[in-house]
Amino acid sequence: MPEAHDTLFRTLADPTRRAIFERLCRDGEQTVAALTARAGVSQPAVSKHLGVLKQAGLVRDRPEGRQTHYSAQLEALAPLADWTGRMNGFWENRFDHLENLLTRMDQ
Amino acid sequence: MTSPETRSVIVEREFAFPPEKLWRALTQPHLMEEWLMKTDFEPVVGRKFNLRGEWGGVLDGEVLTVEPNRTLAYTWDFNHDDPAYNLTSVVTFTLTPTAQGTHLRMEQAGFRPDQPQAFGGASQGWRQFLDNLDQLLARGAE
Repeated sequence: MPEAHDTLFRTLADPTRRAIFERLCRDGEQTVAALTARAGVSQPAVSKHLGVLKQAGLVRDRPEGRQTHYSAQLEALAPLADWTGRMNGFWENRFDHLENLLTRMDQ
Repeated sequence: MTSPETRSVIVEREFAFPPEKLWRALTQPHLMEEWLMKTDFEPVVGRKFNLRGEWGGVLDGEVLTVEPNRTLAYTWDFNHDDPAYNLTSVVTFTLTPTAQGTHLRMEQAGFRPDQPQAFGGASQGWRQFLDNLDQLLARGAE
């Protein structure tokens, strides 16, 4: 499942996004407004981060009236739960950098 | 190096470039720095070198195998005062030419399944996050 690892690593590589996700893990379901109050970035920025987290399967949203509540989906972290999974993600990420370097190198 | 209690990680990918070009990226320090880590590596068997992670950690390496354009192997060790953080492993790159370019296989072997702390290559924040991960997962399972 290299693609799954890769997506998780990319998604959680951003410190602000990781902090939002950790907050949801610690404190349970929250609204965008509640998350914004403690994130140190604007509401649109928080919404954007939540969108990326949702796409990676790390959060789920639940609309209620005019508010949307977000919660962490811890099972999405399963590929990272063991050491081999983490190291796998590390190398997949490095191979991305390698591919990028190769396209820039002269013959 | 490998014993029944150790595991390995294998990552494979096909690159649309010839083995010679990959070999340069795998063995020249200024190129290695761009995709892997800052290093004083030299493709000479027995040569000792360091890999310096952006998080401040330093990995110790020793070159084990150099078969130009085909195989490169070196040790990848992390020594820490706390044995729980120690990591002893061997990284082997195998290059195989294909019709489209090169198939690259990386195997990192020799680490124990009980050393989750010795993650080389992550930023401090990322490492802290991983340290918390088991706790988060345990809570999620409640």
